[in-house]
Amino acid sequence: MSHPENATVFLKDKARAKWHDDTLWIVRQKRDVTIHQIPEWEKLRELASQIKDHTLSKLDFYLEELEKNATANGIKVHWAENAEEHNQIIGKILDEKKCKAIVKSKSILTEECHLNPFLEEKGIEVVDTDLGERIIQFLKQPPSHIVMPAIHLKKSDISEIFHEKLHTEKGNVDPVYLTHAARLHLREKFLQAKVAITGVNFAVAETGEFVVCTNEGNADMGVHLADTHIACMGIEKLIPRRKDLGVFLRLLARSATGQSITNYNSHFRSPSPGKELHLILVNNGRTKQLAREKFRNSLKCIRCGACMNTCPIYRRSGGFSYGSTVPGPIGSILSPGIDMKKYSTLPFASTLCGSCSDVCPVKINIHEQLYEWRQEITKAQGSSLKGLSMKLANGIFKSPLAYRISGKMMRASLKTLPDSIIYNPLNAWGKGRNLPDLPSESFKDWYKKNR
Amino acid sequence: MSSKESILAAIKGLNMEEKPLPEIPDFAVASDLVEAYTHSLNANKGTVVSKVELEQMIADTGFAKIYSSSPSFASYSNCEVPQHPADFADLDLAIIEGQFASAENAAIWLDESNLDLRAIPFITAHLVIVIRKENILGNMHEAYQRIGATKSGFGVFIAGPSKTADIEQSLVVGAHGAMSLRVVIL
Ligand code: SF4
Repeated sequence: MSHPENATVFLKDKARAKWHDDTLWIVRQKRDVTIHQIPEWEKLRELASQIKDHTLSKLDFYLEELEKNATANGIKVHWAENAEEHNQIIGKILDEKKCKAIVKSKSILTEECHLNPFLEEKGIEVVDTDLGERIIQFLKQPPSHIVMPAIHLKKSDISEIFHEKLHTEKGNVDPVYLTHAARLHLREKFLQAKVAITGVNFAVAETGEFVVCTNEGNADMGVHLADTHIACMGIEKLIPRRKDLGVFLRLLARSATGQSITNYNSHFRSPSPGKELHLILVNNGRTKQLAREKFRNSLKCIRCGACMNTCPIYRRSGGFSYGSTVPGPIGSILSPGIDMKKYSTLPFASTLCGSCSDVCPVKINIHEQLYEWRQEITKAQGSSLKGLSMKLANGIFKSPLAYRISGKMMRASLKTLPDSIIYNPLNAWGKGRNLPDLPSESFKDWYKKNR
Repeated sequence: MSSKESILAAIKGLNMEEKPLPEIPDFAVASDLVEAYTHSLNANKGTVVSKVELEQMIADTGFAKIYSSSPSFASYSNCEVPQHPADFADLDLAIIEGQFASAENAAIWLDESNLDLRAIPFITAHLVIVIRKENILGNMHEAYQRIGATKSGFGVFIAGPSKTADIEQSLVVGAHGAMSLRVVIL
């Protein structure tokens, strides 16, 4: 399936699609309100961008520093070249501990590595403990957003699955009731688990510590009750100095949800006496992306999700339409680096309006990289990507919508587009009758004009 | 070649030019730090209470199991720190001391010197953190300056109670951890 085809599926339920669009826009607006309380916001973005640029330019040095300092702190450091090795390392630790059930807290990396199916095949029960992740785990779905994994679901959906799995009252859709049902269910899992797996938001080379941020406190509930904590990080999560955390923690939650900070920001430096702490450093294609100069700085991403919340295409096509672990604008520049053929339509799932680059807290030039990928993909099309034009022509690019909401008009009316244009059953994504030409060569001129 | 060697070799092979690492400047902070702190904490769904209010609250609620490591509220403690943190699963209230806080976002820093068990502020049903007025700093940069090079196996900024908005973006307090956070400023 291509993005346009998937988007068409998402837009079948018009009311839900509109709700999705509105909800994410509210998150975007919350972000705007908080950042305006910080006069130095732009300066912080610049600092964050420079710190990440610097780190990436000396990544080998900082990785070795991290390993040295973390090891001195009593952390067991592992290196994984790819997803399989990452999973094997975890599998081996669990075998050693004879562990048959683990609790896990939000980690997009373990999603990227398909850890859950790997462990389940080994007969290990995996419990995702972030509420949103638990919900989608019950539904056997992947996350549709990197910060709000269940953003595509309505409370009636959640009520239904909780009724089935947790025996909550049928038809009770009260979020407080449902959350507290999940609290009781997950508390039991926390109290039993011997091993807890978490992601990593930031790792500090200078001190050999790493930081995990949550609002629910689920990462902490997991690791402090378990005997073994396994933390998994992509090699790009590094920052040089402890004081750099001040910059990133000010940016992360404000960009993500409009909060001033996440409620729990835990710094792990060494295991509690008698316990074990493992840190897995994962490459899985990151050094390849680092080698692509034009796309290198996509590795600065701190996974705040702001580019998704603001993106007119993401909001109106849903996270699943991308078919990649990380959806939205950033996913569309990371994924083609992993598999250009599979993700060939993603860089086209954009109006190039530039809103993503405007909100990005680490100043990644996302929309310019989307444009660059289009060039690369079009070049490759002759040889290996013959199907591209077919794929594109099958969905939204047949529709005038992508053009109507593009460029300058988009900036002026990112939110205020008449619903009749977007949700018109005749014209919405792929349903169009009057087909415009594919904008092939004119993209460049158009881009220059509209950037 | 080990994975470590291959990853490092792949990066070294790029011969990237080093980009500069910026210094972090000082930024202006709120003039009334207690007021700014209170405002930020409210936004995070925590509340500032006075010593008297807290004592009243404890008297009214009749919590069965209370643990306090704060000398200011030592008399309320009625249990010992257990061997295994799971034995604190029925803890009703924990009262602990925080080292300092950042007014811009209400985050309070605690490390192992404040935590007899790392799990305490998370597993307790309700949490109270006690801070001194003079330890309310302006922002996170000042907070990290204060942390400096101290070494603690675990440290945490806590800025509110456990909360989630994963069900249709409705904010619900008490997802897994503490269902309330009260901060006493002495
Ligand atoms: S690319 Fe930027 S805006 Fe998007 S998730 Fe990453 S850091 Fe956030």
